Parts: sequence; structure tokens; C-alpha cells
Amino acid sequence: MPYRWGMAVDLDKCTGCEACVTACHAENNIPTVSPQQSARGRTMHWMRVERYYEGNFPDVRVKFRPVLCQHCDNAPCEAVCPTYAAHHNEDGLNAQVYNRCIGTRYCANACTYNVRFFNFFNPEWPKPLHLQLNPDVSVREVGVMEKCTFCVQRIKAAKTAAKAEKRAIVDGALQPACAQACPTTAIVFGDLNDPNSRVARLAQSSRGTKLLEDLGAEPKITYLQKQPWHESDTQ
Amino acid sequence: MNRTLNKPLADDLVRPLFNTSVWFYAVVLAAGTVVACGALAWGFQLWYGIGLSGKRWPTFWALYLTNFVFWIGISHAGTLISAILRLVNATWRRPVTRCAEVITVFALMIGAMFPIIHLGRPWLAFWLFPYPSAREIWPNFRSPLAWDFFAINTYLTGSVLFLFLPMIPDFALVRDRSTGWRRKVYGTLSFGWRGTTKQWNRLEMAMQIMAIAILPVAVSVHTIVSFDFSMANVPMWHSTIFGPYFVAGAIFSGIAGLIIAMAALRKALHLEHYLLPMHFENLGKLLLLMSILWAYFVFNERLTVWYGNEPHEMAVFWATQRGQYAPLYWTMVVGNFVLPMAILTNSKTRTILGCVIASCGVVVGMWLERFLIVVPSLTHKQLPYSWGTFSPTPVELFITAATFAAMLLLYTLFAKFVPIISIWELKAGDFVHAPQAGVVTADPHRIDAAPASSSPGAAS
Repeated sequence: MPYRWGMAVDLDKCTGCEACVTACHAENNIPTVSPQQSARGRTMHWMRVERYYEGNFPDVRVKFRPVLCQHCDNAPCEAVCPTYAAHHNEDGLNAQVYNRCIGTRYCANACTYNVRFFNFFNPEWPKPLHLQLNPDVSVREVGVMEKCTFCVQRIKAAKTAAKAEKRAIVDGALQPACAQACPTTAIVFGDLNDPNSRVARLAQSSRGTKLLEDLGAEPKITYLQKQPWHESDTQ
Repeated sequence: MNRTLNKPLADDLVRPLFNTSVWFYAVVLAAGTVVACGALAWGFQLWYGIGLSGKRWPTFWALYLTNFVFWIGISHAGTLISAILRLVNATWRRPVTRCAEVITVFALMIGAMFPIIHLGRPWLAFWLFPYPSAREIWPNFRSPLAWDFFAINTYLTGSVLFLFLPMIPDFALVRDRSTGWRRKVYGTLSFGWRGTTKQWNRLEMAMQIMAIAILPVAVSVHTIVSFDFSMANVPMWHSTIFGPYFVAGAIFSGIAGLIIAMAALRKALHLEHYLLPMHFENLGKLLLLMSILWAYFVFNERLTVWYGNEPHEMAVFWATQRGQYAPLYWTMVVGNFVLPMAILTNSKTRTILGCVIASCGVVVGMWLERFLIVVPSLTHKQLPYSWGTFSPTPVELFITAATFAAMLLLYTLFAKFVPIISIWELKAGDFVHAPQAGVVTADPHRIDAAPASSSPGAAS
């Protein structure tokens, strides 16, 4: 049976520390931009921690929600790409072929989660940070769309290793950078096709909701939370 | 031959081709400079990256797409109006058709630039084309952008034919009046036109076919442009009304563009005897009709959103109605509805000047309408955390200004090298040229009156 990678994020455990964001940047060679460019909305965070505030002062509670590509089964970004740069791969991932992207940015408009990011300029790293680039991940050039890959380089490596040993990937042995970095283990990653995997069981949890589920994109990330997320909570 | 009797008419209309006023050079120089600035701005953008424009996360489409939709809209002036007027055989159309058809071709050429200008990697734009490659990779035919490619190319091909066919007899006429290089060039362009009955019949037949064929193409092309938006699940884009709404808006802005172009031609080339107040009056009425139709569509779109009260859509609704985009929104309403209603409902103000003022309001209003469709939705998508904003940069503004200058430049050059009023069509109608008013002749240029041997404009 092919893999079907999914994720569960426990919002009750999330402290909003943003270790996942940092780990993601380091793992995936995501460029950082200057303060000026940041003010112009050119920052790229494949993973971001959204903050929503509840209640009135002084009774304020902050809710955190890490948002990354939801790897939708019915992804709106894929249909609109005129060059197949955004496509569904055999593991159910929303893959992005950087070399095939011509930069129409239509996928980013169609994405209801706004988790796609565009290289407005060629990426630059101040020395000596250019020496810390991850050799397993390509660096994207100007004019190309990019987004969370579920650390596809790790998935590929784990699949190759498992195939050499003629076994399936052990649940929990494969983690994307964000899950690995999370100090509260709020992020769980695994194979949704394996009914005994942690992520598959969490996906069935009564605490589970999907982000913007009613839009029908069938996202593969389950958010776990005691209370369901209400529209009225957002401000 | 009656050609001598018709000579003043033809003389008058080919005059701009042989005499050049200093204004021609002034306009070409001024418009050319602005176009060059725009080209330079695009060069910078190609060199440094699309980041030189104001686009940002999450406003990934902005002015370039606005210009794209706007210019494709303007292009509906021509072909559509001229095709309808031809099919219903409205005789007053005769001096108007070519001015309109030229707008179509040039506006399409300008509009079709923008999907390429806005690309992140424009040098790979050919990947949008369905060419057989060794790797057997085709464009994604599910993408509305691929549909755009086919729709716009079909429309461009059709409208070039539609423009070119009725120019053939006029090219022949210019050929026969010129010497040297002109004779060669116009001789080639006239495809050996001799004006035989057979040729006239074929031309009429071809025009009839093109006029019928171009109508569904014109309607479909702007519907497909609207699909770029309505196919995506973005608040206030995902709407069934977009197809007809875009087409109505396109015809609306097209008529406005046509009125402005005609008024400019009338002044610049002294065509007061051909482009009469009556033409402006008729087009003004059409503009008024389209203004009411446009308002009807906007009312429908806004009312259903407001009544449905869906939170994601309401965010966009209020942002345009009374939020940060409200000044632009209400300017649009004034330009597109209040101004045309105030000026064009009164026959006293439905003069040439009145029509031009109303048209300027409509052009501004329709550009804003396209902007207000593209941008506020993208800045107010479903997740409030990722709401954004947009402000244009000089590069974008230069390129936008250059498109208007390019239209002026191309139009000026066209009017310099081609009779901007279809001479044979004018003769074919019962048009009485002022200097020869009262002289009624059997016109050899009318098919029903043309003996087999007559060759209009080619009798030398």
C-alpha cells in the first residue's frame, strides 16, 4: 500500500515558541529577507504560528495555531497551475517542481491557507550563513513558488533506506524538521494509510478539526483542540 | 467610370497618409518616450526580479492583472460592436467600424503582454504553449490560464482577420494613388485586389462569416478571462455572475475607448464631415445602455453577497464598501454610473464633448473596477491572520502608463499608414460627402450596382 503522509497538530500542547518555524528555515534553505523587504510582505515562512486573541483585557488568552501547507487531497493549487509545477505525487503530497514553475502565482491565489511563498528576488544569505545550507534541498531561484514539502528529502531518504532493508517505514522513525524540533511534541507526522500509526489514530480523535474544512479541499493536517475553533473566536 | 466623382471623398480620406503634420511627430515622440520608459522599467524588473513591483504575500496579483483584464475589456470595443452593427446592417456604422476594429487588435496585443510581464520567469512563458516537446509535457489543460492562452489567441487571430479583410480594397486604392515604396508595400498588402465582382462577392461573404464567427469568440474570451478569478475559491471571486459581468464591463469600457478615439481622430485628422455628432450620439446611447447594464450587474453581485452574509465574503465586501478601498470604489461608481447617467440621459448634453467626458469617466471607472476585483479579494482571504495590503511601485506605474502611451502610439501610426475610415464602405453606403452633396450617382462600389468590369480605385 502506498504511503499517505499526514500530520496532527495538538493546539492544546502548542506553546507558540516557533521552534518549528526556525527548524523549517534551517532544514529547507528558506531565505531570510531584509527588514525593508519584510515590511513589503516578502518574508517566507513555510510554517508560521498564527496568533489569535480571545477575550477582553485583562482576561486575554492567546491561541496559537501553526499553519503550514495542508497537503490537501483535493488541492485547489494543483488544478490551476498551467505547467504542472504544482501536482499530487504518489504519496499524496502536494509536490512543487521548482524547475517547472514559471511564476504565474495562480496557485498562491487559489490556496485558501496562504501557505505558498514566492521568490520575489534571488535568495541571498549573509556570510557565513551560505555555508550552512542543507545539501539535500535545492535552493530556489527568483520567480519560483515554494512551500512546505513535508520535508520530502527526509521522506525520500527514509523510503530508500526502508526499501534497501525490504521493510516499511517504522511509524515515528520519520519526522519532518518541525515535528523533530517541537519541544512539546505537539506535531505528529506519519502514514495515514497505516491505521495503527499515531497520526492515523489522532486524525480520528474527537478533538480533531481540519482548517477551513467546509471548503472541501480535504486537508491532511488535523488540528487537535479541546474546543472546536469558532469563527467568533477570531479577531 | 464614376471614380472622378468619388475622388474628393477618397482624396480626403487618404490625405493623412501622404501629408504629415508636425503634430504627428510630436505625438509619436511623446508616446514613444513613455513607451520606452515602460520598456526600461520592464527591463529592470526582468533583471532584478518581479519583486520590483508592489506584489507581496498574499497579494500575488495586482496591477498587471488589472491591466490585463482592462485591456482585454477595451478590445471588445471594436470587433464586437462593429460585428453587431454590421450584422444588423446599421448604415451609420460605416465610418466607425475601422476605428473600432483597430482598437480591438491593439488593445488585445497590449493586454496579451501582461500575462507574460507578470510571470516570475517570463523567459519560460513558452511553457504555456501547447507545443510538442520531446518530454511529452503539455500545459495543464485544467488551468484557466491555459484556457486564456487559447481564447486570447483565437480572438487575436479572428480580430486581425476581421480588421484586415475590409482594408484590402482600401490598400488597393492607396496603391493606385501612390508611387515608389508605398506602391510596393500597399500592393503587397492588397493581395492583388482588382475589384472584380467575384472579389467583391468573396469579400462580402468573408466579412459576413467573420462577423458571425467573431461574436461568440468575443463573448467567450472575456468569460474565460473572468474564469481566471471565478474558478478560484477566493471570497467574492468565486461567483457565477463573473462571465456576463466581465463581458458587459468589457463592451462598456470598449465603447468608451472608441468614443475617445473617434473624438481624437476627428480633431486631429479633421474628419468633421465623416465622424458626425450623430455617431457620437448613437454611441453615447449605447454607452448609457451599457452603464445601466453594468450597474445592474454590480447591484446583483453586491446584493447577493450582502444578503448571504457569508463572513469571508463580507470581509471583502466591507473593505470595498466602506474600508480602505472605499474611495476607489465610490470613484468607480461615480465614473461608471453617476457621470454617464447625468450626461447621457439628457439630449442637450449628449454632445461630442459630453460623450467624451462621460467616456473618460467610464475608462477610469472600469480600470478601477478591474483593480477592485483583483486586489481586495486577495488581501482578504479566508484566514484573517494572513490578510494583507497592496501599494504599487514606480515600476508598475511606469508599465501601466506605458500601455496607454502604447495605445496612443500604435493608433497614431496606424492612422498614418492606413485610411482610418473605410473608404469603400463609405462609398458603398449612401453616404453623401458634403462637398458633393446633391450629386447622386450610380456607385460602382456597390455590389448590386457594380458591373463585372468595374474595378474601384484600381481603374488607373
